[in-house]
Amino acid sequence: MTLNLAKEKLVELYRKMVEIRFFEEKVFELYAQNLVPGTIHLYAGEEAVAVGVCSNLRKDDCITSTHRGHGHCIAKGADLKRVMAEILGKKTGYCKGKGGSMHIADFSIGMLGATAVVGAGIPIAVGAGLSIKLRRTDQVVTCFFGEGASNQGTFHEGINMASIWKLPVIFVCENNLYAMGTRQSIVMAIENVADRAVAYGIPGAVVDGNDVLAVYEVTQKAVERARKGEGPTLMECKTYRHKGHSRVDPARYRPKEEVEEWLAKDPIKRFKEKLLQTNTLTETKIQQIEKEVSAEIEEAVKFAIESTFPAPEEALKDVYA
Amino acid sequence: MRKITYREALKEALTEEMRRDATVFLLGEDIGRHWGGAFKVTEGLAEEFGDERVRDTPISESAIIGAAVGAAITGMRPVAEIMFGDLTALAMDQIANQAAKIHYMFGGQVNCPIVVRTPFGGGVNIASHHSQSLEAWFMHVLGLYVAVPSTPYDAKGLLKSAMRGSNPVFFCEHKLLYPIEGEVPEDEYTIRFGVADVKREGADLTIVATLYMVHKALNAAEELEREGISVEVVDPRTLTPLDKQTLIKSVKKTGRLIIVSEDCKTAGVSAEIAAMVAEEALDYLDAPIRRVAEPDTPIPFSPPLEQYVIPDERAIIKAVKEVV
Repeated sequence: MTLNLAKEKLVELYRKMVEIRFFEEKVFELYAQNLVPGTIHLYAGEEAVAVGVCSNLRKDDCITSTHRGHGHCIAKGADLKRVMAEILGKKTGYCKGKGGSMHIADFSIGMLGATAVVGAGIPIAVGAGLSIKLRRTDQVVTCFFGEGASNQGTFHEGINMASIWKLPVIFVCENNLYAMGTRQSIVMAIENVADRAVAYGIPGAVVDGNDVLAVYEVTQKAVERARKGEGPTLMECKTYRHKGHSRVDPARYRPKEEVEEWLAKDPIKRFKEKLLQTNTLTETKIQQIEKEVSAEIEEAVKFAIESTFPAPEEALKDVYA
Repeated sequence: MRKITYREALKEALTEEMRRDATVFLLGEDIGRHWGGAFKVTEGLAEEFGDERVRDTPISESAIIGAAVGAAITGMRPVAEIMFGDLTALAMDQIANQAAKIHYMFGGQVNCPIVVRTPFGGGVNIASHHSQSLEAWFMHVLGLYVAVPSTPYDAKGLLKSAMRGSNPVFFCEHKLLYPIEGEVPEDEYTIRFGVADVKREGADLTIVATLYMVHKALNAAEELEREGISVEVVDPRTLTPLDKQTLIKSVKKTGRLIIVSEDCKTAGVSAEIAAMVAEEALDYLDAPIRRVAEPDTPIPFSPPLEQYVIPDERAIIKAVKEVV
């Protein structure tokens, strides 16, 4: 946490992280009330990654996301109301209720969509990078995926392609130690996904994914490199999900001590302490932010609940353009 | 009218569209200046359009299609070549779950106008990893259009439409069709998807055939004509959308239907067409529908084995005589 950022920027980062946390807590609550169809994969605990990365991006920069994607959408600037409405399967949702929690997209802000096929977003991000190169703009793409996805063939194919063509893609691995219930050490002989960067001749960086400023700093370099046409970077953010993999997974496969250790490293708590220590924020100001964010989320919930479901025959629309 | 080959017709379509639209680019294995594509469809294009727009890729089928998808949803019009149709299996997630679903799952927010060109079919003794006809797989992928041109004229017109459209198109070619010649006008034209073509008019029986089988059906029809049997040959040209009207109209006229398709019989192209006609025009049939298709085996290597499983004129004539 050595970065010198303007106070407004620091407050913005904090606020965005709180927004994601409160949003996810609300989704969990709505799920318990049977208002969320299907399944959910909550981002709580990993907020520093999405926020640290996306706060380096312009509106016209792109991201691709995963099944655990609410945080990415919010960090990129999506409308909370329409995200919540999509999660509830409503007509006013981003995808008119066709996608749901795992497949949200907002092309107006460069959010190219979440895919629930693990690793499938990697070549798509590469294609967006290729498009940028061919259109000769200075946009960049960031591609979020988990450590589980790094064992897919798409990881190898996609990063190799981005590296040979020097595409402006930042590969952001969110390593939360578990692919569903499978611990990383069971499926990988190495500790750091970022070490795989060597195989593609690109920079790899291991980052404390629960430190928003550390994520910010590494992303900044990667974005700069990408914008200059120097090619991709593989970032690995070590982080942890507070909840289980999906729905009500109690995550009993995780040792209690490990969970406690990571909860103590909660990215929001850590950043808050830092902001208080440096007098960037006061307790009063923090409470005010939390109150504002809560109100904003209540408004999103109200919008989503009051929105109607799509008419059943809408199922037949949009199969073809 | 001038005659050109199926290969040249495809190349003309690519060339004309690349000149017309700067967002069009090609990607695939060995399509560039060093090889020009395994079947030489893209030969010479890198010289005109440069290596950026005629892009050689690593052997990474999944990333080839994924990259096409990512480029398409951000404003480009990529045409990806998969060297052999069988290898599309390596890219199936990107084709079936990503390209074909993006428009629907994201609520119509974005189009994914990619074209995936690939050759199917047997007849060149290279066994089952390079000889299958898997068109039916892609008929099952909703959100995807499937083209099956059998002549140079259709190949050019359909490819140009595919490249201008708003949907992902799976464009099936056939290895044995590349050297075939046919009339193609010099003037600009396109062919709309979902419009079948009656390749030969007849009164006694309808044969619906696709790709290389259209030519075998036409040969068979000629032979049958000499025996006094008048055969109509209908080529759907696109399997999705399928021009049901033209197919049914022909069946209503002749009262008899044979479907000839190089893919296997079970759950194949012929199964879908037979079911559709049985459902919508059964009352007009004077005889049972017959299917001439590959028996349910993989494609073998050795010439006598391969010839045995791929439908030929003899098999078509035999089927016709069973129902006329």
